[in-house]
This record gives sequence, C-alpha cells and structure tokens, in this order.
Amino acid sequence: MAFWIASSPHNHSKAETSALMRLVIYALLPGILVQWYFFGWGNIIHILLATSTALFCEFIVLSLRNKNNISKQLFDGSAVLTAILLGICLPAIAPWWISIIGAMFAIVIVKQLYGGLGHNPFNPAMAAYVMLLISFPLQMTSWQPPLILMTVDLDFANTANVIFSGFTKEGYSVEQLRTSVDGFTMATPLDTLKTDLGTGLTVLESIEKSVFGEYFAFGWEWMNFAFLLGGLILIAKKAIAWQTPFSFLLSLFLCSFIAYSISPDSSASTMFHWMTGGCMLGAFFILTDPVTGATSVKGRFIIGALAGLLVYLIRTFGGYPDGIAFSILLCNMAAPLIDQYTRPRTYGHNSSDKQEEVK
Amino acid sequence: MESIIERINQGKFWHFHGGIHPPEQKAITSDKPIKQLSLPKQLVLPLQQHIGRQGDLLVEVGDKVLKGQALTQSSNPMAVPVHAPTSGTISAIKKSVIAHPSGLSELCLFIDVDGEDTWKKREICQDFSRLSRQEIITKISDAGIAGMGGAGFPTHIKVNTKPDINFLIINAAECEPYITSDDLLMREQSEAIVDGIKILDQLLNPAFILIGIEDNKPQAIKALQQATKHIEKMKVCVLPTKYPTGGEKQLIKILTGKEVDSGSLPINAGIVVQNVATCYAISDAVINDIPLIRRVVTLTGKALSKPQNFWVLLGTQVNFLLEQAGFINEENVPKSVQKTHQSSPPVIMGGPLMGFSILNEQVPIIKTSNCILAPSKVEMPSAFDNSSNEVECIRCGQCADVCPSQLLPQELQWSAKAKDHQQLAKLNLFDCIDCGACAYVCPSQIPLVQYYRVAKAEIRQQQQLDLKSEKAKARFEARKLRLEQEKIARQEKHEKAAAARKAAMNKKSADGGTASSAVAAALARVKAKKAADQKKAEAVDSNSNTQDSIETSEKSQVKAAIARAKAKRLANEQNAKPSTESNNQDNVVDDKKARVAAAIAKAKAKKAAEKESSTIEEVPSVAVQSTSTEADDKKARIAAAVAKAKAKKAAEKKSSTIEEVPSVAVQSTSTEADDKKARIAAAVAKAKAKKAAKKESSTIEEEPNVAIQSTPTEADDKKARIAAAVAKAKAKAKAKAKQASTTNSEE
Repeated sequence: MAFWIASSPHNHSKAETSALMRLVIYALLPGILVQWYFFGWGNIIHILLATSTALFCEFIVLSLRNKNNISKQLFDGSAVLTAILLGICLPAIAPWWISIIGAMFAIVIVKQLYGGLGHNPFNPAMAAYVMLLISFPLQMTSWQPPLILMTVDLDFANTANVIFSGFTKEGYSVEQLRTSVDGFTMATPLDTLKTDLGTGLTVLESIEKSVFGEYFAFGWEWMNFAFLLGGLILIAKKAIAWQTPFSFLLSLFLCSFIAYSISPDSSASTMFHWMTGGCMLGAFFILTDPVTGATSVKGRFIIGALAGLLVYLIRTFGGYPDGIAFSILLCNMAAPLIDQYTRPRTYGHNSSDKQEEVK
Repeated sequence: MESIIERINQGKFWHFHGGIHPPEQKAITSDKPIKQLSLPKQLVLPLQQHIGRQGDLLVEVGDKVLKGQALTQSSNPMAVPVHAPTSGTISAIKKSVIAHPSGLSELCLFIDVDGEDTWKKREICQDFSRLSRQEIITKISDAGIAGMGGAGFPTHIKVNTKPDINFLIINAAECEPYITSDDLLMREQSEAIVDGIKILDQLLNPAFILIGIEDNKPQAIKALQQATKHIEKMKVCVLPTKYPTGGEKQLIKILTGKEVDSGSLPINAGIVVQNVATCYAISDAVINDIPLIRRVVTLTGKALSKPQNFWVLLGTQVNFLLEQAGFINEENVPKSVQKTHQSSPPVIMGGPLMGFSILNEQVPIIKTSNCILAPSKVEMPSAFDNSSNEVECIRCGQCADVCPSQLLPQELQWSAKAKDHQQLAKLNLFDCIDCGACAYVCPSQIPLVQYYRVAKAEIRQQQQLDLKSEKAKARFEARKLRLEQEKIARQEKHEKAAAARKAAMNKKSADGGTASSAVAAALARVKAKKAADQKKAEAVDSNSNTQDSIETSEKSQVKAAIARAKAKRLANEQNAKPSTESNNQDNVVDDKKARVAAAIAKAKAKKAAEKESSTIEEVPSVAVQSTSTEADDKKARIAAAVAKAKAKKAAEKKSSTIEEVPSVAVQSTSTEADDKKARIAAAVAKAKAKKAAKKESSTIEEEPNVAIQSTPTEADDKKARIAAAVAKAKAKAKAKAKQASTTNSEE
C-alpha cells in the first residue's frame, strides 16, 4: 500500500481568497444601503452594470490568456468587488456607458494587462474612476443632491430612464434634476464648499446651504458612517489591517485640525473632512487593498499618513473637490518603495546588520 | 540575568512575533495512558537515525543479537550507534525506505524477533552523582541518544561543552497539534525526567534550568511541579499555547527575551535546549543502562479507531502500529476500482504542520518519530487534495503577520518562483524554520513552505558547485605556486653549487683566483672604454641634431636592452650547463650579476603575469569579450612600461660608466626633471662604481697576498655589486613611476 504524499503543512486554516473578497463585499452593504436611502437607485443600477461588464471582461481575458479553471478565478470575488467599488463611486445619474467603460478599463487594462489578480500595481476601481473623471468631466461631476432636496421624484424607473436615456419619463434632463427649488445647481458638499470659498464666502456662511444638512454633509455623513461601520467589522474579522485606515484618518484629522486652528474661516472642520466624499470608503475599503498597498506594518502606517496628507492637500489646494482617488493612486505608486525600506527585522538579525544591508 | 528570573517568577514572559492557533486536537489521545505493545515480528533499523553520520556495522547477517546490544559503533563524534531493541536474529542488511520526507532508501538492519526479549548484561548505576563528567558523556554517547524533539542532533555533543551555561532550557512545549507523546511521558515519568535533568545539570552546571511547557497540559505541569518542588534551580514555566512555541529559537525568546543570532547556535548565547523525551532517555541510559531502543509515539487522527500513545520499539514498522490503533481505510472500495494511490489516505509522520507524509507502510519508527497521524478526509481535506488549490498571492500579508522569524513570506515566494537567489538571501530565506505557519494561514493556499524547501535545496546545490569550483581553482593556484617555487629552488641550488665551485677554485690556487678577478677588472675597464667611445660619438651626433639624437639614443638604448637581455639569456643557458661555466671564471662573476638581474626580472614578470591572470579570472564570464580586450590592452601597456623601464635602465647603466654622459643627457632629453633624477642616480651609481673599482684596484696591488685575503675582496665585490643593483632598482622604480604618470597624463 502506497500512501498519499503531500508537503507539510498538511493542515490549513481553510481560509480562501474568495471568502475574503466576499467578506469585504458584505461589509460594503451597509454603506450601499445608506447610499440607496439618500440618493436612490442610481448607484445600484451602476453597480449592476459594472459587475456584469467586469465579469464579462474577466471571462474574455482569462479565456484569451488560456487560464485553466476559469470559473474559479472568475468568481473569486475580486472582479465583482472592483465593480462594486466603482459603482459606489460614480455619480448616481451618470449615463450607463460610464460604468461600462469604467469597468472595462478597470478589469482589462488596469488588472489583467498587468498580470491579473495580485499583479496590478494600481487599484483597478480607483484607476478607472480617475480615468473617467479626466476623460468625461461633465458626466463624472453630475452629482445629484439627496432625494429629499430634489424637486423631482426619482423612483427606480425614473432613475433607470435617466441613466439610459438622459431624461426622466417626464422629460427632465440631468441638469434640471440637479437644480434646487431656488434655481441653483446643487453639487456635493465638498464641491459647494470649494466653490463658495473661491467666491469669498467663509466656511460658516457656506455651510448654511441645504446640501450640508444638519451636521456636516447631508446624506454623505451617514454614508461615511456606514462605511466606517463596515470597515470596523472588517478589522474585527482581521480581513484588513487596522494600521492603514488608522493612520490615514489620523493624518487627515491632523492636517485639517492644524488648518482649522490657524484659519477657521477658510478651513472646513476636521469632522467635515472625515464625513464627506469618499473618505471612509477610501480609508477602509480601497486604501486597504492588499495588492496595491504596503505589506509591512510600518509601511502601512506610512501609506496611510501619506494618503491622508495628499487627500487634504488635493481637497484644499487642488483642482478637484475630492482627492481620495488621486491620493490612493499616488500611494499605490509609492507602495513598493515603501515596502522596500520598511522590511521588518528578521529574528536573530540585529539592527546593525540591517543597516549594512541597506547600504 | 537576575531580571530574567524575576520576570519568570512573576509569570511574565516575552513574546515571539507571529504564531498561529490551529485546532489542537490533543484530546484525541491525551486522556489515555501510554500503552505497551506486544513485540512485532520484525524490526527494521536504519543505520542513521539522526543528523550526522552512520556508524560502522558490528554485526553480520545471521548473528544473534540481545536486547540493548550495540549494532553499530562510531569512530566519528557525529555518529551515534543504534542498538537492538529486542533479542533476535539479523535476517538482512539491505537498503529500505526510511522515515524521511524524500522517501529515499538507506541501509537498514532487519531483525527477526525471537520473542524472548533477552537483555544484554546491564550495569545499573544507582548514584549518578558519583560518576565523572566523562563517564556520563560516554554513557550518553554509547546509548545512542540523539535529540528526540525533531532534528536528532547527537546529544553527547550538545552536552559536552565547556563555556559557561546560563540557561538549560527543557523543551516541553509540544506545540504541534495532535501530538501528546511528551505530555503523557511527563505525566507518567516525571521523576525519571527530572533525574535526566539533574544529570544534565551535573554536566552543564547552568545558572538556571527552565522547563518551558504550554498551558494546555495541566496534568503534566502538575506532575513536573511536584517533581521539581524541592529544586530551587528548576523552574517550570507555563507558557500560553501558541504554535510554534516549541521551536528552539522561539522558546529561547519567550523564556529569556534573547534572540539567537542568525546562523549561530544557542550554545554561543550560553543556552542549551533539550527535549523532555531526551531527558528521559538520558536518565534511562545513565541510571538503568538502557540504550535508546524505544520511545513514546502518538498514534492519532480520525482515521484511527483506537488512537493512543504507545511505547514503541525503534524499528517497528508503521503498518504494525496502524493495525494496533485500528486504522480504518475510509475508502474501502473494491480493488478493481482502485487505480492509483488516489484512494489511499495520507499517513503523516510527525505533526500536521511540520510532519511529512510517508511513502508506504514499511517505514520504521526512528529516534525522532514522535507521532503517526492518520487524518480522515473531513478533518484535514488539504492533506488529501492533490490538485493544488493555489491561486495568485494578493499580498494580504497574513503570512508575514504569523511568521515567527519575522520574514516576508510573500516576497520570498516571488523570489523563489523567480529563482532569484540573491534576493532570497537578502530576505533571509535561511532563517526560515519551516514551521508552516505562513502556508497554514495563506488564503490563496499557496504551498509556501514547499517553495522555500525547493529554493533552499537549489541554493545549497549551487553553493556546493561553487565550493567545488573554488577548490579546483585553489588547487590549480597551489600547483602553479609549487612549480614556481621548485624552479626558484632549483636555481638557488645551481647558484650555490657554482659559488661552492668558485670557492674551491680560489682555494686551490690563490694566484689563479686573484688573477681571474684582475682579468675581470681589466675586462670591465675595456668595456667601459668601448662604451665611452661609443657615447662620445653619439654625443657629437646629438650636438649636431638634438632631435635626431634623442631618437637614435633611444633606439640604441633599446638595442642595448635587447642585447643585454640576450646576454642574460645566454648567461642563463650557461648556468644551466655548469660544465662550460667552470672553464671561465670571468663568466661566473658576470653571470652572477646577470643571473640575479634575470631572476629579479623574471620574478617581476611572473608577478605581473599572475596579477593579470588573476584579474582575468575575476572578470565575470558575461563580459568576457570586452574585458579580455581590455586585459590585452593592459598587458600591452604593462609590457610597454616594462620595455621602457628597461631602456631607461640601460641608459642609466651607460651614464654610470661614462662621465661625459650627463651633459649629453642634458642636451638630448626633453624634460629637465627627468634628467636631474637620472643624473643623480647616475652620480650615485658612478660613485659606487668608483669605489668598487678602487677596491678592485687595491686587490690588484695587493696581489701577492694569500688566498685568505682573496675571499674578503670577493665579498667586497659582492657588496659593490649589490649596491649597484640597489641603485639600479631604485632608478628603475623611479622610471616606472614616471612612466606611469606620463601614461596617465596621456590617457
């Protein structure tokens, strides 16, 4: 009788990459629900569009690359996760082809052309988002205000109509949908604040506007809160490392706190920075993408701090209202270098050895 | 050190990085006592069961052996003998599959058991404290004890150390899941274990003895605490359960907070670590004179109906054990359906994380086998799964989080796949302890440890090849050097012989001797005159046309150099034939000079050649073509420099012979500085030559002197010659330096 030969270890924790991806997707659900509650069906439609496109593209490329066991790779959750993240980031009433092009770009170019899962230097969702933002600035900034502030009732059918044809059943255009009762075009809180500060208003005057709501940013604050919750679940489940979001949020907090202490009239509050835009989504779901992030503990701290600083700088001094996507891409570029210089000390190697190695 | 003990007394320990908590599964066997087995029909004893070398056979096929009888003996300190576990007959000595991950075959002794279990004569020692250090070490060595925790390092070497030992650490952690053999042994034999520790204490005399044990073995802890109650020195340290606490380096870190330097042994940090089972074996060997012939083996896993710990004789085959433990082959499908070994389940020797699956049921138990694990498909599906579930690494870093050596398994994996050995070394691959924690947690299910093993093997192979080629190179170099030395020695011998002959000649006829020196002086004078005449003629030429004269003088110098070289060669040839030489006393004198000069020149040339050859050898093979041309360039340059130096030397020689030369040189040579140096050198040489001439002349005046006086003159001659040679060498060096600077500036 010959026995079965295998290499040790023979036992395994039974963890799987696909399970990890699924967990991340589940953790996104609270945020998606809140987004649906405040902004309607738009993002859900975009998520569905992006997901089907991503899966289709993944299948085509994997077939072209002659990979075996395609179904397993196709449903490892990574493509779906990318598509969902992209769908969440898009303006709810952006045209349908935005999410299709975005998902295609993310999967085919950013992910698969670089070698597929685990080999992409940039976060596919963020790279696609930035590509869309630069290529289609009008569509990508057609942010709709929260449903409550809108004059038009945007139900599922109406939203689908807007996404696929550009007009509601009643014939309202995207531009009209964004107009508030008093005739102004409404933008995101970050955008509004930036524009107002540009026109000479103080922060206090600016946040009187309805898009800021009662606390920081109407709708957005709850969305960010939900993503924070999901992120904390991931940390509790040890699916992501706590260091990156922690240092990111701390760094953003410190930057905005310093600016706010120096010049409260022209600087938004720390909590405003935390609770608007894609802050929490970026901190817990995108910056923590292991493939494109730093792997060492020190490296994670550095990446997080760097991203926080960049987000603050772009939001305050840059041309775009939100800087999450840009700062994450910049950090992705820096990650390999940071990893190189933050290797942990191996057991039995004292620090002087390491210095010699660096030299 | 006191602070370490204080911390331990407070129940505080250090931590090692990472670690995992796999399901322990120790309850399967931990509630049953160690069972004695009936004797198997046959035992298979591999000659080598440990790290090191196998001993020499003491028995032949057909020999009757008694229980405990040594079957091999060792002349090498790294060899450990094996003993007959029971009485019987040697039925065969042949290669058989041994307990090794590779499943390779090694020489094994087959014993047909007679069932009588007759002991050899034993000497029981009641009081080991009376034994001397050496006696104890001999007893341990003769008992064939090797580390029973895993690696199997010969114990007598580990305990036979001189330096001060701060800590003797007894490894009772048994951190791997499933295994309970040490646990049961501690519960049942705590007194014997403590005796073994006392013996080690006597040998090593450590400042403290720490017994490291995980907190998942409460009964064993109690037993040990009971047994060590009255011993101040011994401390039972209860550690939190975490894999791999039982790793030697990890245990040292936890208990003492120290790290063993990479590539170094714990002994260098004043620490010795011994396994509990080894301690038991030591006490058995020293007190009861029982060599290492049996051990506790855990038979566990859900594929066994009666899992339990057993006292197993070494050499017992796994099939016998599996039978005893009620092995159920889950897939008892009809033989016709069974095609490949797909249907046979894995049987693992060792634990689930570091054990290896064995090739077949013939494999025998050896000194380091602590567990036989037969898992069911439900409890350990990955052990059954042949098709690799590996997917791409997503750099989640969980492996790095659990690595007890603080390595970066994900980066190691990439470098291992790319066979980038340099990067692997940079990432400290050889600090990996193969614990398997990284592969255990990897969500991409990458068999990381397997990749590292392959990479390590490849690197070792490469290192061996490198070593081989290096040795060959050293051999070649040594041979070259030897040949050269032989040549020089031969020359020296010839010279000595020539000198002896000359002395003999001088002694024979004092007149002849002095006459010969007078003749030599006369000859030299004639030569000088001739040269002076020549020079004068040249000087006239040079006055008329400076530019031309430089060239001609240089040419003539070169010619002179060539002529000299020829003369030298001729002289050497003459040297080789001492018979011709003996006729001409003049030649001998001149020859000597020439020979010394030639020898120096040759030695220099050789050195240069060697240097060149060494540089060529050091050049990486990739750039062979380009560098070889470069080397050629170098060679050419060096050759040119040598030629120029020789030419200069020749020029200087001339100047030293004639007084007028310096003025000629002033006119003819282009750079003044050069001239000055040459002049100074020439003046020095001249002075020396004059002195020598004077002396010689004085010897001519004192001609009628006896033979005794002729020898000192000879000595003087020599002095003068040496002085001249020194002057020449100096001038040469200067010329060379000049040459180098000019070539540099040219470049």
